[in-house]
Amino acid sequence: MEVVMAFVVGGLYAAAIYMMLRRSIVKLVIGLVLLSNAANLLIFTVAGMKSGAPPLIPPGMTVPDGASADPLAQAVVLTAIVIGFGVLAFAVVLIHRAYEVVKADDMDQMKDTDR
Amino acid sequence: MNMSVALPVILPLFFGALSVMFWRSHFAQRSLGVLGTGAMLLATIWLLMETWEHGHVVMEMGSWPAPFGIVLVSDMLAAIMVVLTGIIGFATAIYSLSGIGKMSEKFGYYPLLHLLLAGVNGAFLTGDIFNLYVWFEVMLVASFALLILGGERSQMEGAIKYVTLNLLSSMIFLTAIGLTYGLTGTLNMADIGAKLATVEDTGLVTVIAMLYLVAFGVKAAAFPFFFWLPASYHTPKVAVSALFAGLLTKVGVYALFRVFTLIFNQEVDYTHEILLWVAAGTMLTGVLGAAAHYEFRRILSFHIISQIGYMIMGLALFTPLALVGGVFYIMHHIIVKANLFLISGITFVMKGTHELRQMGGIYRTNPILGVLFLIPALSLAGMPPLSGFFAKFIIIRAGIEAEAYWVVAVALVVGLLTLYSMIKIWAEVFWKAQPEGVEGEIHDVSSGPMIWMWIPVIMLAMMTIAIGLYGEPIYQMALMSAEQLLDPSQYIEAVLGVQE
Amino acid sequence: MNMHSLILRTAGHFLLPLLLLFSVFLLLRGHDEPGGGFIGGLVAAAAIVLYLFSMDTESARKVLRVDPRDVLGAGMVLAVLSTIPGVFLGQPFFTAQWWEFTAPVFGDIKLSTVLIFDIGVYLVVIGSVLTIMLNLAEAED
Repeated sequence: MEVVMAFVVGGLYAAAIYMMLRRSIVKLVIGLVLLSNAANLLIFTVAGMKSGAPPLIPPGMTVPDGASADPLAQAVVLTAIVIGFGVLAFAVVLIHRAYEVVKADDMDQMKDTDR
Repeated sequence: MNMSVALPVILPLFFGALSVMFWRSHFAQRSLGVLGTGAMLLATIWLLMETWEHGHVVMEMGSWPAPFGIVLVSDMLAAIMVVLTGIIGFATAIYSLSGIGKMSEKFGYYPLLHLLLAGVNGAFLTGDIFNLYVWFEVMLVASFALLILGGERSQMEGAIKYVTLNLLSSMIFLTAIGLTYGLTGTLNMADIGAKLATVEDTGLVTVIAMLYLVAFGVKAAAFPFFFWLPASYHTPKVAVSALFAGLLTKVGVYALFRVFTLIFNQEVDYTHEILLWVAAGTMLTGVLGAAAHYEFRRILSFHIISQIGYMIMGLALFTPLALVGGVFYIMHHIIVKANLFLISGITFVMKGTHELRQMGGIYRTNPILGVLFLIPALSLAGMPPLSGFFAKFIIIRAGIEAEAYWVVAVALVVGLLTLYSMIKIWAEVFWKAQPEGVEGEIHDVSSGPMIWMWIPVIMLAMMTIAIGLYGEPIYQMALMSAEQLLDPSQYIEAVLGVQE
Repeated sequence: MNMHSLILRTAGHFLLPLLLLFSVFLLLRGHDEPGGGFIGGLVAAAAIVLYLFSMDTESARKVLRVDPRDVLGAGMVLAVLSTIPGVFLGQPFFTAQWWEFTAPVFGDIKLSTVLIFDIGVYLVVIGSVLTIMLNLAEAED
């Protein structure tokens, strides 16, 4: 399973970087979305993939019952998703605004807007 | 229980929340801005005194014990950085009283200011690598929004570059965190430092170290990842520029200092050799970029980059004296750089432009401002007896002692070129006569509501002189932080309790 | 922004209270089981955004009654304040405090600063999502 995930993560990184190198700003943002998903999936994978119970401790016990997944990696990924969501929402608002002002979805035409 | 270490993070969050609640009242927001940053400044000074006394101040948030919970740790470096944040935050808040305008206030300038300060302080104080990522993002979201306050055409190109490159570096940082976690099974920086020392696969460790170098290098605007900085820093409001110039890149530098002393200290020959090249490249490209430009804030932006080079050089040499120099340089730089940006705001109000060629004659009409500019400008170039002289002197001396002569040569040449740029600004803006066909002074800045702009400028200029004339305590603080950085076992012990 | 769809409008009227109730359920369930302030807040915000799509911005603001920025501010203040009680008992910031008691009808009730924090997060999420959505929707009009 880890090997499959490694290829998936690698593919996502490659796709993300390819999209970011395009001239279109919308594709740039799509690249960023893919990149953040790739990074999250990477954390998910390196923490070890095993089939087990969710990391919840049943009532009346102090340790989880049997094998369970690593809760820390899940918490980290969850936080990273939330943060990524917020930041990317901002990026989308920004390119919307940029499109309104510059009237172009092209990096080359964005150049020198400050002159 | 010592709560001094949490206050610099909690206070700005609290005042930020309050100023969101009172978003209707400009007066309430402004008062909360000055009050909140003032309270934060006091809290940071308290933290510095506590850290000076105890060496490390640690708090386990939510009573979750390290290395499982998140800890806030203050060592001398973190405490110094936090105090500087307090100073710059307070100065900007006062400056904003006359410099920011009602429109920006309506779009949430003050809440964002508090949020940014909370993010910066959190990044300095946290002892958890993932929490560092979270604070970085808090800081970035606040800075994104501050950067495009106003939403003008000129801001778009810079904003898109800024957002893209910073997001990219965040993702690289996140990737590095994932790999670190896979390797060590912990996120606590002290614990990672302790565990990585026993990892046998040093090749993988070095790869991860390089990922951190790239991630923080982008944040710090180090060569060759600096393009976003000169594209964006000259576009927002001046108060925002000053805040960014003083604090944001320095968070990246701080993270480099933290990670490459505490965690990646095994393959010093390899990693710190690369850092040295990065430092030299950063110094040179920055100063050459500045020499080519004729826009006030663009020149200053390029100088941020070249100054970052000096700090990284202090880290890269990795001797006690070099680290002292690096820390001293950060202290000097934050104060001087923020001050120069604030002064560019005053000249902008006077002349209505940032273009050097269209300015002139300010020394004739306003000699005090000329003197106030010369103090930080000459300090930046390293003239004795101002703060920059001692900062450069320590680093160059450390370079000679480490026999890294080529980098010393670069540093000296860059110092000379810095002087050239500063003299260029002085000659164009203050000394030469008012160019023909351009309106003279369009705005009076020495009275009325504009008076608030002067207070932080004078305050920061006095600090520059004070560090120069009475630098011994500052030097002692830098010395203590360098000793702590070179002996990470102190940090690890303070966080994890006595080990081994 | 109005989609002029009778089906959507009718459904929106019925779904709004249901979704809001569900969001409160998620908020309270987050105590010991999956759920919590963030996801609850998202569901509540989504409910009002659905209403916004089916009607218009004006009636969405009317349904909310207060300005979303006030919701945001109140939530942030609540969240920050909930970190403080532990300090008075000599514990670090964020240390959770619990109060358990038995109420006549509800049985055993556990209250905590964590719940206050969660309510704060709930309000912050609603406030920030709706501030952005309403502004975008008004810019479209």
